[in-house]
Amino acid sequence: MNERIANALEVLPDYLSRHVLLCATALAFGIFTALPLAVFAARAPRLRAIALTMASVVQTIPGLALLALFYPLLLGISVLTNSMFGFSLPALGFLPTVLALTLYALLPILRNALAGLAGINPAIIEAADAVGMTPRQRLWRVEVPLAAPVAMAGIRTAAVWTIGAATLSTSVGQTSLGNYIFSGLQTENWVFVLFGCAAAAALALLVDQLLGLIEAGAIHRSHKRIALGFAVLALGTGLALVPLSGGTPSYRIGAKNFSEQFILAELMTQQLEAQGATTQRQEGLGSAIAFRALANSDIDVYVDYSGTLWTNVMDRRDVPPRGTMIEEITRHLAERHGVVVLGSLGFENAYALAMRRGRARELGINTIEDLARHASRLTFGTDLEFLSRPEWAALRQAYGLEFAIQRSFSPTFMYRAIEDGSVDVITAFSSDGRIAAQDLVVLADPKSAIPSYDALVLISPKRAKDTRLAGALVPLIGKISVERMREANLMVDRDIDKKSPKEAAQFLAKSLGLSGN
Amino acid sequence: MNRPAPLIAIEHVAKSHDGGRTFALRDVTLHVEAGTFLAMVGASGAGKTTLMKCINRLVEPDSGSVHVDGKPVSKLDAPTLRRSIGYVFQGIGLFPHMSVAENIGITPQLLGWSPPDIMARTRELLDLVELPQSYSTRIPAALSGGQQQRVAVARAIAARPRIVLMDEPFGALDPLTRDTIGTAYRALHERLALTTVMVTHDMQDAILLADRITVMSAGHIVANDTPISLMGSIAAADTPPEVAALLAMPKRRAERISAIMTRDTEATGRSHE
Repeated sequence: MNERIANALEVLPDYLSRHVLLCATALAFGIFTALPLAVFAARAPRLRAIALTMASVVQTIPGLALLALFYPLLLGISVLTNSMFGFSLPALGFLPTVLALTLYALLPILRNALAGLAGINPAIIEAADAVGMTPRQRLWRVEVPLAAPVAMAGIRTAAVWTIGAATLSTSVGQTSLGNYIFSGLQTENWVFVLFGCAAAAALALLVDQLLGLIEAGAIHRSHKRIALGFAVLALGTGLALVPLSGGTPSYRIGAKNFSEQFILAELMTQQLEAQGATTQRQEGLGSAIAFRALANSDIDVYVDYSGTLWTNVMDRRDVPPRGTMIEEITRHLAERHGVVVLGSLGFENAYALAMRRGRARELGINTIEDLARHASRLTFGTDLEFLSRPEWAALRQAYGLEFAIQRSFSPTFMYRAIEDGSVDVITAFSSDGRIAAQDLVVLADPKSAIPSYDALVLISPKRAKDTRLAGALVPLIGKISVERMREANLMVDRDIDKKSPKEAAQFLAKSLGLSGN
Repeated sequence: MNRPAPLIAIEHVAKSHDGGRTFALRDVTLHVEAGTFLAMVGASGAGKTTLMKCINRLVEPDSGSVHVDGKPVSKLDAPTLRRSIGYVFQGIGLFPHMSVAENIGITPQLLGWSPPDIMARTRELLDLVELPQSYSTRIPAALSGGQQQRVAVARAIAARPRIVLMDEPFGALDPLTRDTIGTAYRALHERLALTTVMVTHDMQDAILLADRITVMSAGHIVANDTPISLMGSIAAADTPPEVAALLAMPKRRAERISAIMTRDTEATGRSHE
């Protein structure tokens, strides 16, 4: 327990820094967009209606979706700028997150600033005209100070929202306090989840209080309070950003959103840091986003699986032998994307059909071919997506599988179901630690109907010729057996004596005889 | 009679607030001589305030012309014009976020006076409107209605305008304060040789303070004369009935008050017997 808190504290400066930088930038953009917009809109009823409607529509888009939508948009713009001006934009990480959060911050600031301006007694506005103020003087000397308290309340709301919503940025590869939450959820490390929530909430409360001080200063015309609020905010932001000032990390290591990926990213980090390199992790990437991020050099390295690349990136439906597939993938990725396939780590994380050892022996089932003969009397438990995947179509076609009953579960409950016998066969991931832990047997696939899912180390175009990176990672190639990986995954996935991905990575490194850890 | 050119000349001014369906002003012509204290009276919606606002371009006429000191106001820069004309508001209109001194000094500041000049002028004006110097750092909300209106008067005359426009300046004040401030302002008007245009719907104020009274009705000027002549014309056959009614009102009230006072005096007299 204490160790997990220590683990959480260790990465706090980095996560907090990035979270603060993200929120401060988004809020600044939001304020400097919304306030001038409010001033214009206050004078033009039609613009006011349009601006408010658009800001409200943005607010109705779920935060995660808004972040995700910026990814293809920026990717498109990046292609455009690249062809027109010769530079590309990062489509992942900081930029899309800041843009999405800025859009989110607009509505409360805009709405409150407009309300503040509309709430000024018209007689005061007329007085400003009558004493001879120009429209600009009237704005700065009368309207802005009088609307400030209400506008500040909007900025406070925006700040709290932004700090909360910024935790979602982890999913598009921007490190934030959300990394605690996302990785904690995946590895069922509730200490991390709580830690992330508490840290984000504390930050939001603190910022809200400071902005409240400025707001009170604006209401009571107390320059002292306004100055104090700004000073503490500026100082706090400055202090929070200190950990980032050590220069940009040299290697960005990506990970998708499950335990094995976290462990492998840790392992690669340890390898690189042993060489004296600095690193940064971009964890919790969506499966579709990860490869594009690599091809765009937004991340430098990550592990993907041959079958995924084969169907998702290359859009192939045939199932060639393992060697041919890896060869073709390597050639395709190099030619089309400039991505280097460093090699296979040595294990596979494929879809596999698994049964309890006792049950399989009882029915005399060793292969999927054997299974097909009994399937009409058996119950099949799958994860939520398997039945709509090409693997299932391929299996049915190759073996003529027809089960008596098919039931879908979330992964955790699928393993429970096979444990208590309510299903006979499940779809497992071949490197899942629970296969060993629950003494399941993976059925052989003699017709090679399921494409292989070898874990491949992929390197971005930008780092294609980086010998230090290759040098640090080559020792891992071909070294990790599926049994080792299952063991490491189980350390993280199990409920009792749960380990962090970092500890699991240290275990892997030690068992490979790689480092002095 | 060889009269000098009027300081304010409003010629054939018309104004509609709804694109010509109804008119707040219809072909209004009015001249105000320098040094005059003119009161505009009439029912609500008669066009008094609209007409007055044409003078400093808070309202732009649809047709006709307004000249101040011989110059057409439409050709002047509006903020510059307004800095040269004092304005006292209905509902006072002080800036709530500025101190008394900042309120008074606003027009001099906009005109680019030096801070010491502004400070000296503010001090002078506080004396002139009979407010203690210690009030200069207070915000308007900390002052009584009468004190606020004194500040508003000081603000209007801070940049030494020749013309002061007043829109129902004493409407929000209690009768006693209203009387005191009205009288005090009239004294300032004399002392500073101002030309004042005051919109009011209180005939008593108009009669007691003004040199001339302009009566408006439905966007027209229906009478424009000295208080004495107007009062004398109440019974005249050519006086429009709405003007007569308006003019007769203060007189009628004065008579009723004196009747009540006579009765009261008699009653008190008897009870002491």
